[in-house]
Amino acid sequence: MNTLAQGSVEGGNPLVNIGIFALFVIITLVIVFRASKNTKTASDYYAAGRSFSGPQNGTAIAGDYLSAASFLGIAGAIAVYGYDGFLYSIGFLVAWLVALLLVAELLRNTGKFTMGDVLAFRMRQRPVRAAAATSTLAVSFFYLLAQMAGAGGLVSLLLGVEGDLGQSIVIAVVGIVMIIYVLVGGMKGTTWVQIIKAGLLIAGTAVMTVWVLGKYGLNLSELLGSASQAAGGGDALLNPGEKYGESSTTQLDFLSLGIALVLGTAGLPHVLMRFYTVPTSKEARRSVVWAISWIGLFYLFTLVLGYGAAALVGTETINNAPGGENAAAPLLALELGGPVLLGFIAAVAFATILAVVAGLTITASASFAHDVYANVIKKGNVDSKTTEVKVARITACVIGAVAIIGGILAKEQNVAFLVALAFAVAASANLPTILYSLFWKRFNTRGALWSIYGGLTTTLVLIVFSPAVSGSDSAMIPGADFAWFPLSNPGLVSIPLSFLLGVIGTLTSKEHLEEKHKEMEVRSLTGAGAEKATAH
Amino acid sequence: MNSTEPQPPEADTWARVHASEDFQRLRKRLRNFVFPMTALFLVWYLTYVLLADYAHDFMSTKVVGNINLGLILGLLQFVSTFVITGLYVRYANRKLDPIAESVRDEVEGGDTK
Repeated sequence: MNTLAQGSVEGGNPLVNIGIFALFVIITLVIVFRASKNTKTASDYYAAGRSFSGPQNGTAIAGDYLSAASFLGIAGAIAVYGYDGFLYSIGFLVAWLVALLLVAELLRNTGKFTMGDVLAFRMRQRPVRAAAATSTLAVSFFYLLAQMAGAGGLVSLLLGVEGDLGQSIVIAVVGIVMIIYVLVGGMKGTTWVQIIKAGLLIAGTAVMTVWVLGKYGLNLSELLGSASQAAGGGDALLNPGEKYGESSTTQLDFLSLGIALVLGTAGLPHVLMRFYTVPTSKEARRSVVWAISWIGLFYLFTLVLGYGAAALVGTETINNAPGGENAAAPLLALELGGPVLLGFIAAVAFATILAVVAGLTITASASFAHDVYANVIKKGNVDSKTTEVKVARITACVIGAVAIIGGILAKEQNVAFLVALAFAVAASANLPTILYSLFWKRFNTRGALWSIYGGLTTTLVLIVFSPAVSGSDSAMIPGADFAWFPLSNPGLVSIPLSFLLGVIGTLTSKEHLEEKHKEMEVRSLTGAGAEKATAH
Repeated sequence: MNSTEPQPPEADTWARVHASEDFQRLRKRLRNFVFPMTALFLVWYLTYVLLADYAHDFMSTKVVGNINLGLILGLLQFVSTFVITGLYVRYANRKLDPIAESVRDEVEGGDTK
């Protein structure tokens, strides 16, 4: 990010920031250790014994979904680019209707622990599970790397930790705490961390929102006027086009991003896995309703915070701060409530990274242990269920180590495209196969494999040869230029292509699974034979 | 841990239940709601994205004070998301859950009650 970061946000007190964050870590660790007492079986470790209620799980989903990118990133984008920043949040929210109407309940009724359970339900198990695990690991890895690299930027921004070594140590500490959450607490511990974090995040942003609006007599129009005045007059901040209106390529790029956002959410493996933590499909439905309420409310807050930061802090100050756009929300907190509020918001930002990476790690480790180890390598004959959980725990450690190393290596890199990439892979490799599996009786193994691998490969190839990786000032490798694909977001091409590959693969294969689809449909619509909650 | 699970039904049970009038009604009701509703919100979202992307002048039209059409349409996306969520929950509770429950009891032989 900013290699010349001159310490933290001016006026903040790094000790206060670290202190509040340490308090969060201690409290959550106590809760995680208490929650670990009942974590014995695979169902406990992966799915928290399916014992969470809809409202609890919905809050945890909000905690899992509202990453640092959506908190610091969107508020910052609104403060600097105005209206175009707001566009992100709408895609992130509307996407939940796909999950609510088409995916959540049916998935809960059909599967056990992972996305692979649903995709492989009526297919040949080993190839489809291997494919599902590959795309799960790919999405989790990109998302994880984005979060950990973001942590590096936050360190210099909020804690005033300077120098390579200092920042690397903080990233390692974040990674180790996360591994402890996952190893000790399993899904139950992770869920509680996410619930607490969601509560803190929403409470903190609610206070700031009311505070900002209070300064303008609760009048949104006045706030907007003051923001655009501070940005140098004109209505540039209020009208669309500041970020994406530059050329026809950037416009097309935005369209591509918009499609990936709305279709990607319901294909994110760590979101899907959360639906297994509730006892019934009805609770899965309530989960989404609660998640939509929290997430919608939160994005309304960020709208006020973004324009509030533009009005009260000023776009220029934000651009010149260490961390750039990402500093908008922290600087606003400092302006409103001094070092204490800044400390609280900084701690919440770190808690956000912790909760999100914990959710990703448990998902990736579950997919490896359950899909790859138990079903592909051991062909479904694992000696005992505890072996599978043991493999999952070891995998979690490996993933944690990879995340720490990746975060340290990537901390100077511009990896903002990684989140968009994760959504693009989720929308291209996962969503088509999920929808076909649930709703199309002719769908078969070849269709699933072509759609998953085709979507994954297309997305990766297009990203590698896009301006996000080379050939532009903001590219990951600024010196080189091997880009031939004009868009940074591949969704516009990769999503339709992978839907199409699913159809072609299916129709060219002679495999017919209509009988098995009848069973799947009865199960998914009624919940007959679905996994029940474990009683302790 | 599996002590509470019912016996797995036979393969022909699934086919029989699938063909039953109740299940077909449930399937039809679900699809009749979720497919059109998904098409509706996707079209409405895409329209909004295209307007914000290409119709800058239109979206910049001031309506009240500094609040322009773009902001109003954006906030309406929030409203429509909340409304569709509410409509679906009401529909599912009234029209889907009762049938799903009776079909489930039939499959599981009522031994979970």
